[in-house]
Amino acid sequence: MGEPMIRLEDVVKRFSNSRTLAVDHLSLEIQEGETAVLVGPSGCGKTTTMKMINRLEEPTSGKIFVDGSDVMSQDPVQLRRGIGYVIQTIGLMPHRTIAQNIATVPQLLGWEDSRIKDRVAELVEMFELRDELLTRYPGELSGGQRQRVGVARALAADPPVMLMDEPFGAVDPIVRARLQDQFLDIQDRLKKTIVFVTHDIDEAIKMADRIAILNVGGTLEQYDTPKEILRKPANGFVEEFIGSERGLKRLALIKVNEIRVEEGPVVSPEDTVQRALTVMEEFGTSWASVVDGGELLGWVDAGTMHGMTTAGEATPQRFSAYVTAENSLREALDSLITSETQVAAVVWEGQRYRGILNLDQISREILG
Amino acid sequence: MSVVSEALAWLSDPVNWSGTAGIPNRVFEHVRISTVTVLAAAMIAVPVGLLIGHTGKGRFVVVTLSNVGRAIPSFAILGLALPVAIKLNLGLGFWPTFIALFALAIPPILTNTYVGVAGVDPDLVEAARGMGMADREILRRLEVRLAAPVIMVGLRTASVEVVATATLAALVAGGGLGRFIIDGFAVRDDARILGGAILVAALAICTELFMGGVEKLARPRTSTA
Amino acid sequence: MMLAQDTREPFFRPEWVSRNADRIVEQLIEHAYLTSIAVGVGSLIAIPVGVYAYRHRRAYVPVTWLAGFLYTIPSLALFAFLTTYTGLTTLTAEIGLVSYTLLILIRNVVAGLEGVPRDTREAARAMGYTPRQLLWRVELPLAFPVIMAGIRVATVTIIGLVTVTSLIGKGGLGKFILQGIQRFFSTPIVVGAVLSVLLAILADVLLLGLQRALTPWARSRPRPEGAR
Repeated sequence: MGEPMIRLEDVVKRFSNSRTLAVDHLSLEIQEGETAVLVGPSGCGKTTTMKMINRLEEPTSGKIFVDGSDVMSQDPVQLRRGIGYVIQTIGLMPHRTIAQNIATVPQLLGWEDSRIKDRVAELVEMFELRDELLTRYPGELSGGQRQRVGVARALAADPPVMLMDEPFGAVDPIVRARLQDQFLDIQDRLKKTIVFVTHDIDEAIKMADRIAILNVGGTLEQYDTPKEILRKPANGFVEEFIGSERGLKRLALIKVNEIRVEEGPVVSPEDTVQRALTVMEEFGTSWASVVDGGELLGWVDAGTMHGMTTAGEATPQRFSAYVTAENSLREALDSLITSETQVAAVVWEGQRYRGILNLDQISREILG
Repeated sequence: MSVVSEALAWLSDPVNWSGTAGIPNRVFEHVRISTVTVLAAAMIAVPVGLLIGHTGKGRFVVVTLSNVGRAIPSFAILGLALPVAIKLNLGLGFWPTFIALFALAIPPILTNTYVGVAGVDPDLVEAARGMGMADREILRRLEVRLAAPVIMVGLRTASVEVVATATLAALVAGGGLGRFIIDGFAVRDDARILGGAILVAALAICTELFMGGVEKLARPRTSTA
Repeated sequence: MMLAQDTREPFFRPEWVSRNADRIVEQLIEHAYLTSIAVGVGSLIAIPVGVYAYRHRRAYVPVTWLAGFLYTIPSLALFAFLTTYTGLTTLTAEIGLVSYTLLILIRNVVAGLEGVPRDTREAARAMGYTPRQLLWRVELPLAFPVIMAGIRVATVTIIGLVTVTSLIGKGGLGKFILQGIQRFFSTPIVVGAVLSVLLAILADVLLLGLQRALTPWARSRPRPEGAR
């Protein structure tokens, strides 16, 4: 791995009116293109940490590097123009139209009007905002629209680094989920280096490449990928903070195609009944999947094949549980426990057969 | 320099401290007309404000009165009071001044009383009603108490305005400290003009401070601190 | 001064108005002129002072105390005081009038700046506004409606106070009031009073219109999504 995009070295922050530390000797590296989520209870210094990166707060001691250069040696105004910033309350300028709000940083940077106009149009499309919103004022927008404008504004000058402080915190859960998904999509393409602050561990798990869990007083408890944190919490605090259903949360992060799926008992329609029964015996089942040239047709039961010559004569029945390779293990588990059988068929690209998944395999993943 | 020293000399000259035209009597006149008017205005405006605030009826009257009251110059009110007093054959001096100051004092007292009562938390009123208080009791035990600080602000505003405008009473042959300024203008006596101005300013500041103190007493005590 | 007090004199004689139409218009203009200068100069003083007091909280109390002191001094006393230095001049009138605008204007400038949403200010800082850009492009525009509200109150107050300057030889419409008082003649008093009230209302409406025109964003309310 090369030089990290953001590096915090032994950073300490003490507010003048407080005896305790807000951030306690924090060191952190964030790689280019990654989303690092700072999460923790209130008073853990997560927002303060973020604000030190663009010098809205200044560290008491320690060093912060962005793209290799020490932020304290840069002009704060120029530094900030190069870093996108989104806060929970958005802070749109009430006296500027949506177009003007989005254009704020490009204007400060002195871009030409035509370039600004093109960029605004591009962002409007990216965030699926409607053109007619551009001439309105922030007071006329819904909460969800304002959030999207806020993020679009932060991206306007295409900064390599984004700081986001609970950017989706002020909207209802349904809108929030939609905004998170949209942002993940956009981030997939843009690959910004993002510092994302939230108090919601589920949001952290969803958005993060890496999560930094902070404790009251600004101490770092664990910094790792969501999967690793869920698999192996560093200590009791982390375990308590990530809460119950740790296994389920982890399953949500693992896709079916990331694990080895058993092939299971498979027969083709041309196979003889005798051959089919042998396959079932091998797997210790009384059924088998019917696969024709890679395409899943369904399953057949041993009992229905009396007096037939090939497996294809019996009518294949639909699996009551289907999962695709793109589903998470958590979704797979859900379809397993809501279906009548203990087995789900795994398919990809429509009906291409991949294998079968059962509760045993999933619980092995939770324990592993 | 010395306009100031002349004024100070004028202020300390014993001649100016005795008789009907002396400083003590002018202060007395000024305070008397102001006190009488504010009390008279309060006797009308407070009950009416309480009633409007309590019932919510006649709010329009309060709003209009306070807006118009703000737009009419006090000098114009004094001017208009003069022909009214003459029409009613009340003569010069006290009555035109009283009418003008009275008209001036009503809007702030009425508005603040109304706002104070209307601003009482409706939940408290409902709770009081739920406990079986009659309208009269709600008004007396709850609304008046809670509105008292706001009403006092109205009385303070009115008092300061009345004391200031009472200076103009000299124009309609009234007494008070304005005499020194108006008469000083008439005879081009700078020392008297400045001395009078200092006295008027001092009285206005004293009124402001005094009423501010009274207002503090009316403020309900908060639990701790 | 003690002319006959005639109880039969009518309140209002229309023929006086037609005979003095020219003077009335002249004084109406004079009145508006004196007011504009006072409010204009008052704003030029109050805005920087208000910005300073907002930024340096320690300055706020002494500044408002001084402005409050000036405001409490009765107008006649202040004008009288000033005449002993600057005589019966427009300068005297304006110094007095300006000092009465200061309390209202400074308070509103500070309140307006305080009303700028914290998050807007933080977002602006985070996006790289310099302190100067923050003041001119964010804080003052957002404080503008509150500052304008102060200007409106100050204007109405000053229109009233201009009448008092008739005692030092200025006064605009106040001249008619003073003349009426001195001659026990009610018609000019009514004309002066009514016109100054109308002038105050007109000025208030015009300033409100100006404020609305300059702050189209202040009226905006959320529209339901998809509505046009």
